[in-house]
Amino acid sequence: MTEQAVVEATRADEQHSRTGDDRLAGDGTLPGDEALVADELLVEEVSIDGMCGVY
Amino acid sequence: MSTNAGGCGADPAFDLDRPWCVDERVAVRPEPFGALLYHFGTRRLSFLKNTTVLEVVRSLAEHRTARSACLAAGVGAAALPAYERALATLAASQMIRQRAGSESAGP
Amino acid sequence: MRLVEQFELGLAAPICLTWELTYACNLACVHCLSSSGRRDPRELTTAECREVIDTLERMQVFYVNIGGGEPTVRPDFWELVDYATGHHVGVKFSTNGIRIDPGVARRLAASDYVDVQISLDGATAEVNDAVRGAGSYATATAAMRNLAAAGFRGFKLSVVVTRHNVGQLDELKALADAYRAQLRLTRLRPSGRGADTWPELHPTAAQQRQLYDWLSARGEQVLTGDSFFHLAPFGEPLPGLNLCGAGRVVCLIDPVGDVYACPFAIHENFLAGSVRQPGGFQAVWRDSALFAELRRPQSGGACGSCQFFDSCRGGCMAAKFFTGLPLDGPDPECAAGHGAAALQAADPAAAPRPAPDHSHRGPVRGQAGPVPVTILSRPPARACDESPLAGFAGRGEPAAALRSG
Repeated sequence: MTEQAVVEATRADEQHSRTGDDRLAGDGTLPGDEALVADELLVEEVSIDGMCGVY
Repeated sequence: MSTNAGGCGADPAFDLDRPWCVDERVAVRPEPFGALLYHFGTRRLSFLKNTTVLEVVRSLAEHRTARSACLAAGVGAAALPAYERALATLAASQMIRQRAGSESAGP
Repeated sequence: MRLVEQFELGLAAPICLTWELTYACNLACVHCLSSSGRRDPRELTTAECREVIDTLERMQVFYVNIGGGEPTVRPDFWELVDYATGHHVGVKFSTNGIRIDPGVARRLAASDYVDVQISLDGATAEVNDAVRGAGSYATATAAMRNLAAAGFRGFKLSVVVTRHNVGQLDELKALADAYRAQLRLTRLRPSGRGADTWPELHPTAAQQRQLYDWLSARGEQVLTGDSFFHLAPFGEPLPGLNLCGAGRVVCLIDPVGDVYACPFAIHENFLAGSVRQPGGFQAVWRDSALFAELRRPQSGGACGSCQFFDSCRGGCMAAKFFTGLPLDGPDPECAAGHGAAALQAADPAAAPRPAPDHSHRGPVRGQAGPVPVTILSRPPARACDESPLAGFAGRGEPAAALRSG
């Protein structure tokens, strides 16, 4: 999966997790935003041929 | 080298309550940020983004279930879904596999 | 932190690296990135090579891409391949096919930790041999035939994209498919002998767009060694890390043990050290001033304010360097068009010269080499003799010694 796709998948995951609690805190953030930031993908993948500088 | 065109065809829903282990063809290299996993068969590289997920992966063979490996590594209930997704990704790319019945776990 | 950002800061060990085993080669390709041809008398001994492999094992480098020159002409080539795979270092080697006979092919097919990459730069002998020399197409395809017959599936057919083969991409894919190989397309850099031929050989801007579209349509079916990240401004980034790995996740070890940031940057400005120095390769990777500099966060210079900088990262360091462009400016083939103006302004005579040069001194397989060819005014000694040297006393073909080796 490309880096771009991984980033999009991460965003999609975050969107999907944003269920339930929609109340805004005073500064505009949703409660549990810190947990969402931590809830990013823990594994990224690339093909070993996918790095420049090896012919 | 012949390519392994088959694979285990991993089910997208990862089973936390089965025994797992790192595939024999995978090299695990710890890094300050987490780890790099390289599969000599698929030539794919996986990047583990923190030391906890490295500990989970490394200890899989010593636990009866992936769930207990996560708990032993300090993964709390709120964080567990993210670790489950991580393990599912690794299973889908054949970095980890289920252990056969004959492969015993630790205590 | 994103994977890309982490890698740009460097790792404790390379993920993989290119190891040019010898400067000797039976060919004289006009664009050779390492200016190969003649062996260097200071090349690493077998024992020194084993020490390098021991270090790579200790550092957990996952695999080496062994090239040259033509690595299989080294008498200890197979011993070193076995030593590497026996010490947890995977091997992929790049070859023109000269030594891949049926027996060798069977042996390779049986090994799980060795991959092979056959070099070819055209789907026809006419296009390929113009760059790689008379007979090189036949040699490469014979090797592919042998590998396929031995059951080796998924070896690599590696093509450097040029102005003359970019119209043959479908045929090259079909060729790879016919031999059950995987096609790999890589970028021509103005490195080595490529410095002289790059102006005429590199794809035009229109052809680059064609190439990008073709690659995008094929996703991960066609490998690229991440060498086209400078084309990212055309649309979605192609598969790969889309960053320059030089000195950060990859590097080059050359035949005499010198360590360079990248195989396309064989020049003293990109020389990080030597495996022969105290501490060996590990010390070079970890402590060299050059690599520390490359691992510092880069601002992008003149490219930093471009909307595409995030995906193209300013392009290829080696491409800029050998066309005489500043490293903090656009790539000569910048997809947004900023490189063209920069090239116009650059003085070609002032561009750095690649060094060292191990090119053959005389003609090899129909390639003129760096020595200018003199058109003969007398007819050939025999009516069917192809060699322009037939009938001349005291001159033999320099490649003859290598062929018998």
